[in-house]
Amino acid sequence: MERNEKIATSLLYLNGVSVSFDGFKALNNLSLAVENGEMRAIIGPNGAGKTTMMDVITGKTRPNAGDVLFGGISDLTKLDETQIAELGIGRKFQKPTVFEMHTVEDNILLALKADRRVRGTLFWTETAEAETRINSILEIVRLKHVRERVAGSLSHGQKQWLEIGMLLAQEPKLLLVDEPVAGMTDAETRQTAELLKEINRDKTVVVVEHDMTFVRDLGVKVTCLHEGTVIAEGTIDQVSANERVIEVYLGR
Amino acid sequence: MTLSPLTQALNRGAIAFILLLAAIGVIVPILNLLVPPSSPFHVSSYYVALFGKYLCYALLALSIDLIWGYCGILSLGHGAFFALGGYAMGMYLMRQIGGRGVYANPILPDFMVFLNWTELPLYWYGFQSFPYAILMVLLVPGVLAFVFGWFAFRSRVTGVYLSIITQALTFALMLAFFRNNFGFGGNNGLTDFKDILGFNVQAQGTRAALFGISAFALLIGYVICRVIVTSKLGMVLVAIRDAETRTRFLGYRVESYKLFVFTLSACMAGVAGALYVPQVGIINPSEFSPANSIEAVIWVAVGGRGTLIGAALGAVVVNYAKTYFTSGFLAPYWLFVLGGLFVAVTLFLPRGIVGTINYWMERRRDKAMPAARPDADSAAAEDGVASAATARPAK
Repeated sequence: MERNEKIATSLLYLNGVSVSFDGFKALNNLSLAVENGEMRAIIGPNGAGKTTMMDVITGKTRPNAGDVLFGGISDLTKLDETQIAELGIGRKFQKPTVFEMHTVEDNILLALKADRRVRGTLFWTETAEAETRINSILEIVRLKHVRERVAGSLSHGQKQWLEIGMLLAQEPKLLLVDEPVAGMTDAETRQTAELLKEINRDKTVVVVEHDMTFVRDLGVKVTCLHEGTVIAEGTIDQVSANERVIEVYLGR
Repeated sequence: MTLSPLTQALNRGAIAFILLLAAIGVIVPILNLLVPPSSPFHVSSYYVALFGKYLCYALLALSIDLIWGYCGILSLGHGAFFALGGYAMGMYLMRQIGGRGVYANPILPDFMVFLNWTELPLYWYGFQSFPYAILMVLLVPGVLAFVFGWFAFRSRVTGVYLSIITQALTFALMLAFFRNNFGFGGNNGLTDFKDILGFNVQAQGTRAALFGISAFALLIGYVICRVIVTSKLGMVLVAIRDAETRTRFLGYRVESYKLFVFTLSACMAGVAGALYVPQVGIINPSEFSPANSIEAVIWVAVGGRGTLIGAALGAVVVNYAKTYFTSGFLAPYWLFVLGGLFVAVTLFLPRGIVGTINYWMERRRDKAMPAARPDADSAAAEDGVASAATARPAK
């Protein structure tokens, strides 16, 4: 009874998901529910299965067992990356991945929600509407002044933002953001926290991050993974007071 | 600012290249046919035949540049599509010989009579018709590329693995075409052509016309490629080349895009082969040899990958050098020259000829108008600070 209720109200629902690579259990009976409109931070030591969880949700890795439901209906374990992206799940990689040879605005343009078929892109022409969308996204991710530059020439932090901008352009329902502040300066980290909060106003966000100051800045519900399962969930204060979390992750 | 795909594709450089090709295609045949041989402006039939061949190579190079330069698919077997187009044309030319062959069989080509075959194999049917042969020139390479690409791209075979499979494809076809009972003339291939559409293939006028048609085919191929690479589709191709996984997670069906350009490229290579065969007068299985395909990739690298014009130029330059160095007293040294050329290009011109020119021009333009991009310098300075600051470890 309680389970059905959870499925109904959750945007993302993982139940008993297990993945093993050559006998190593990357995910071990993992269950997680993310509410619609929520922002969730996922923490945990290296090898806890955070990135594998993202891979399972986005269709890169097929789980050996368990269900992954999106919006209560779609079974993500049966779909591939493209279909999952079409459903409305966007993903930012751990290492910033942008189209280095394209300009900043073209990167956004490619991500913009539009006909993704071959014919559609061959006969595509720029519309004023697309132009407005690109402008507003560049505004949000603070890259308007570098719009004409090729993405490869951006700083590391700017690439991270560009990738977040590309996620926004996709107009997803759910954003999966893997280590958005890795390699950022303190100022950039603070700005990124602001940016994600802004995005969270109308989108569901799942953030994987190591930087505890950043997670504290976000001020959202935290899930701690260890050895492929959830060991604690709650506010940052509750989680960081948890004995197991201190033992395996935060240290004494 | 809504631009139609065509006007968007034709910038100044593209129009200049198109006009150049059109001029070559019209003026060279005129200089060959109408200007008397005594005039210094006369172009000899030898050069018409030679450069007609180069134009076909240029079209092949263009087809490789479309997939390699823009989509990162390094095919080392494109010679196979070229040869298949060539064989389709060769089959038409064989059927045109009719009763004029050595064995004077009105239906069967000489090599079949020689092998004591009594009936025309089913797959030779229809090739007496020119429109049917032209259809096959497009269809045979196209369908093979589609089927091959369907499996390879769907299974996400990329990079060097794909290159090796394409090599295997052309090698396997070479072995098959070498066999007499495969029905394509075995080792000797198809030759002794008499006429094409009723015109003698050896005649000066026919050769000049074939030259003009080859120039025109290259022009059309170039326009098609330009329209594609300047469209949003072209942007997606470059995106796939540079970050395939990212493109997939953005919701693009990468395999459909690859399949589309790969098939189109194979059709273009087929047309190049079909124009090549009547000009050289023979097609045999050695056209499938893996070395041919690799050489074609080298033309593209020399001319400049991802520039289209560079690919066409590279094909002409390398082949002219080959012709020049393999005739006369330099002949024994050709392989050294070829090797030296590739080492030199890799070391000093990694962008290829046209790629390097483009790079210089862009740099000059950027220097000439720093005011037009006020952010360029300050952003560069910011970069320096940011990269120094991000030097701290990520974890």
